[in-house]
Amino acid sequence: MFDLDSWREIFQSINKNKLRAVLSGFTVAFAILLFTLLFGIVSGLKNTFAEAFVDDAANSMFVRVWKTSKPYKGLQSGRSIQLKNKDYDYVEEKYNNKIQYLTARIYKNVSISYKSKQDSYNLRAVHPDHQFLEKTNIIDGRYINELDLQQASKVIVIGRLVKEDLFGERPALGKQVNVNGISYKVIGVFTDDGGDNEERLTYMPVTTAQKLYGNNDYISQINIGYDPKLDLNQAIAFGNQLERDLREKLDIHPDDQSALSVRNMAEANKGVNQFMIALYFIVIFVGSGTLIAGIIGISNIMIFSIKERTKEFGIRKALGAKPSSIIAMVVKESLLITALAGYLGLLLGTYILNQIGDSLEEYFIKNPGVDTGIVVGATITLVIAGLIAGYLPAKKAAQIKPIVALRAD
Amino acid sequence: MIKIEGLHKSYPIGKDSLHVLKGLDLHIKEGEFVSIMGSSGSGKSTLLNIVGLLDTHDEGNYFLNGQLIQNLNEKKAAVLRNKFLGFVFQSFNLISYKTALENVALPLYYKGMGRKERLKIAQEYLEKVELGPWANHLPNELSGGQKQRVAIARALVTNPKVILADEPTGALDSKTTDSVMDLLKGINDEGMTVFVITHEEDVAEQTNRIVRLKDGVIISDEYTKAGKLKTVK
Repeated sequence: MFDLDSWREIFQSINKNKLRAVLSGFTVAFAILLFTLLFGIVSGLKNTFAEAFVDDAANSMFVRVWKTSKPYKGLQSGRSIQLKNKDYDYVEEKYNNKIQYLTARIYKNVSISYKSKQDSYNLRAVHPDHQFLEKTNIIDGRYINELDLQQASKVIVIGRLVKEDLFGERPALGKQVNVNGISYKVIGVFTDDGGDNEERLTYMPVTTAQKLYGNNDYISQINIGYDPKLDLNQAIAFGNQLERDLREKLDIHPDDQSALSVRNMAEANKGVNQFMIALYFIVIFVGSGTLIAGIIGISNIMIFSIKERTKEFGIRKALGAKPSSIIAMVVKESLLITALAGYLGLLLGTYILNQIGDSLEEYFIKNPGVDTGIVVGATITLVIAGLIAGYLPAKKAAQIKPIVALRAD
Repeated sequence: MIKIEGLHKSYPIGKDSLHVLKGLDLHIKEGEFVSIMGSSGSGKSTLLNIVGLLDTHDEGNYFLNGQLIQNLNEKKAAVLRNKFLGFVFQSFNLISYKTALENVALPLYYKGMGRKERLKIAQEYLEKVELGPWANHLPNELSGGQKQRVAIARALVTNPKVILADEPTGALDSKTTDSVMDLLKGINDEGMTVFVITHEEDVAEQTNRIVRLKDGVIISDEYTKAGKLKTVK
């Protein structure tokens, strides 16, 4: 195999048949190139989808309410639905074993001032679990805790951009800010991967907001993080059941989507998963098609080249070449070309994918790349194909009687 | 050196078969210079192919260097060809992308000899056929006579027992024919068995023994003048 002399023979033969070598090399390189690009672009799509969910936890469910659109149990349509603390307690009690995180959310638009600086911001009054559902990263201080909730403390957690607006470079922690005329203590500053808007938010305990703004038990929304141990189908079933139960409890028609809905990330995830699976099937189909085309390409060229060299093989045999040495010569040549060309195609493919980088982000292709294992596997497949493509016709050619081979032109 | 007894060979042609060699008996001793004469279709090329282990026979016995040839697979045949036989073809059969020197060295490659050594030996043989300066030329840069001399050097390089020449002068003009025949004569004078196939009377005349074939049988087998002289010696 590593006999220098036999490789010298092969290089001489390749050198003499440059066009043939280039053609078969091109077929292989092109097949691997397409294969690499295809897988790279799909992985880019996958990255985009993965990123779309980075803002919120993947196991989130949101219970939201508006106005009824259907009459039910003698109640007219057009009735406004209001979630209250008892609904939150109901969810907490009834589904305790299926819930990892649970929080209410109250939306308010507030004006916040510190010394001479003032601006208006969105405020969310929440439970402590909200931090995990929203993937809020505390960079300074702490988030709202149970004690704040019990005592309805006048504390506030502010986004990075709120802090920059009001405090600039100065520290914000422990300072008192004025929120719609009431003084609150800043207990934490956070960042959020969801973008600038998410960092312009402020959080306070749900009890504080209820007590100070309206003195009621209203909540705007209930957010749930279902137990991650549930699989997607179980999570979807849980969401559907929750939707039915809450509609029943709030006297809403069972089919009234516009009065109450549970937005379940599990459904979106399932959709995305199915989409990705379908996409992978397509890629595997097209990818293997490309590889097969490459394999057929090599086989054709090898068959042709061996036919062309029948006479040469006859001469070599008359001079004492054993059939095995003829086969080895052809197979090594085929192997060398496919391996080199496959590697070239792989290099070119990864180079192109690197060049693409994030420039196709608007087409939902982000940071495309390939799993080395897949590409190496594809190259090995092609090399093996090259071996077989060389071996089969070479074996046949080597078995031809030299007298027949010598007669060939 | 070559002993043939009752040799038969047929080729299938469609459903029928063509009986080419019909029971040949021939004995060629070491150091002989023999020509096989015959018109085309007489079976002379078939005989050479069988003797050269390029083809197999149907019936009869063939002894090469005392060894009975039967049930040879391609591998064994290749080894025997490499060891005992040197071929010279009408159409030279040089490998077009190899230089004269590399062509001559090729049988030594299949013998398993190292590159340096085989190129040295090949160079010696090229000089023997007076083509030393042409060592690094490709076949298409050589004249017909030169190509045939390269082929002869290639046939000689393994120092075989027998040189088999199939119409070695068929593609050459009369002047180069003479020089090639002189070369073969010289080789024979050194003791090599040479076996030539030809349909040219004056080529056959230069050998020591002429065997005439017609329709697959030997019709005459006699020594030439030169042959008689040599046997007398």
